[in-house]
Amino acid sequence: MTATDTLAPSPAPARTALRVPAAALGLALPVVMALAWEGAVRMGIAEGRLMPPPSRIGAMLLDLARSGDLVLHGGATLGRVAAGFALGAVAGIGFGALSGASPPARRLLDPTLQALRAIPSIAWVPLFILWLGIFEASKVALIAVGVFFPVYLGVVGAILGVDRKLVEVGRVFRLNRSQLARRILLPAVLPDTVTALRSGLGLGFMFVVAAEFMGASEGLGYLLVDGQQMGKPDQILAAIIAFALLGKAADTLLVAATAPLLRWQDTARERL
Amino acid sequence: MLALAHLSKTYADGTRALADVNLEVRAGEIVALIGGSGCGKTTLMRLVAGLDRPSAGAIRVDGEAVEGPHPAVGVVFQEPRLLPWLDIADNVGFGLLDRPAPERRARVAAALERVGLAEHARRRPRDLSGGQQQRVAIARAFVTRPRVLLLDEPFSALDALTRASLHEGLLALWGQDRPTIVLVTHDVGEAVALADRAVVMRPKPGRVDDEVPLRLARPRDRASPAFEAASRRVMAALDRSLTPDESRPAREPQGAALWW
Repeated sequence: MTATDTLAPSPAPARTALRVPAAALGLALPVVMALAWEGAVRMGIAEGRLMPPPSRIGAMLLDLARSGDLVLHGGATLGRVAAGFALGAVAGIGFGALSGASPPARRLLDPTLQALRAIPSIAWVPLFILWLGIFEASKVALIAVGVFFPVYLGVVGAILGVDRKLVEVGRVFRLNRSQLARRILLPAVLPDTVTALRSGLGLGFMFVVAAEFMGASEGLGYLLVDGQQMGKPDQILAAIIAFALLGKAADTLLVAATAPLLRWQDTARERL
Repeated sequence: MLALAHLSKTYADGTRALADVNLEVRAGEIVALIGGSGCGKTTLMRLVAGLDRPSAGAIRVDGEAVEGPHPAVGVVFQEPRLLPWLDIADNVGFGLLDRPAPERRARVAAALERVGLAEHARRRPRDLSGGQQQRVAIARAFVTRPRVLLLDEPFSALDALTRASLHEGLLALWGQDRPTIVLVTHDVGEAVALADRAVVMRPKPGRVDDEVPLRLARPRDRASPAFEAASRRVMAALDRSLTPDESRPAREPQGAALWW
């Protein structure tokens, strides 16, 4: 060990000692509340019929997993979100790129799309059911509409927000339009596009619940409705937890899949 | 040779950024464009770079009219403007993508060697300091071997030490192919350290006010009396350019040459 090593203050251990509880701190509140509720029900202070304790919710999740219902319903929900997200994202990126890259296209398309955006997406439901029937097509269409708008807005904003100074670098090196798009615009809009896709995915999960409320024989949304009609709050909460886990897993997957494209970013994005 | 003839630029809002600028820069000459803010230095640079179109007048490089970004004209901006998603080597090679890969690699490696960043070739711009980033930007402009190189206050955001070392680096690069250099600056010391001639501009509308030849031998010693005398001459010309037209006494035709 050199003299500088011994002379240098050693804040590192102190800082890690502080950091571990800081990470655990976020867990403290839900864990304490769950334990308190569990204890209250066990000791007979609370009844727990309408708000089952964590152990019963866990048991219900386990039951659903064992019987294969969790995979069946989760899979159905995930399939709808995937189909709706794919449609909505492709359309959103396509129209967004058109609107962002070409001012005439923007003047033509954007007012109509903004007007359609003002319609609450759930309001489409009756029309979609009339047009597409009560089965999968209408559900996927609703999810696709929900995903489309945040992706469209995000992509247009990303393209319009590309740093003019970097575009000038492309001009100085005499890139043509397609080279400019490929070598400067595309990499520059990727981060915001991924953010837009993430909010689109979140909305996809929101709309799948609405879609499954409208009448479905499978899906996590069906478990919610079924739990309400059968008076099984533990099933409702189990389905809610499954939704949360699926949504988080899908988002994590999207972030992981796009991370190699965005590794150059000099931001704290990965912490979000 | 770079020739500007009767160059004018009036923006859409009526601002006269440049009015009747005439300037000839010999091949291999380094000219410093110096002047107060708003005198049209950057506008002039953008016109020569082909990023903006002049309202009137013509720009010629070796007799060829410049009507847009020209292959013989390289640009270093005030900010490094590196592409954050490319590593340093790919940033330097950005203007060489139409060349075969082996030639590109060799030229990029040589350019990085010359600016002293060879060991950083695979790092990203964000990992480099401001001075290093500007060196990458200079290498990116030099690597295409332009005949005319425009530098728009490229060192203004850097500290004095970094600036001095970049001046030497720039002169070393210039010594290889001897491109014509137009350096926009507001730093008198920088103009005297680098240029063969200082062209002093005057605002509202932007135009050439005066020229100060800087015939000092290179390498230039900043502490030498000749350097200081030259700095004083440029400073005096700059001061004159900043006084309003009305209050200025008529200047004899050879004022710049007689000012010592």
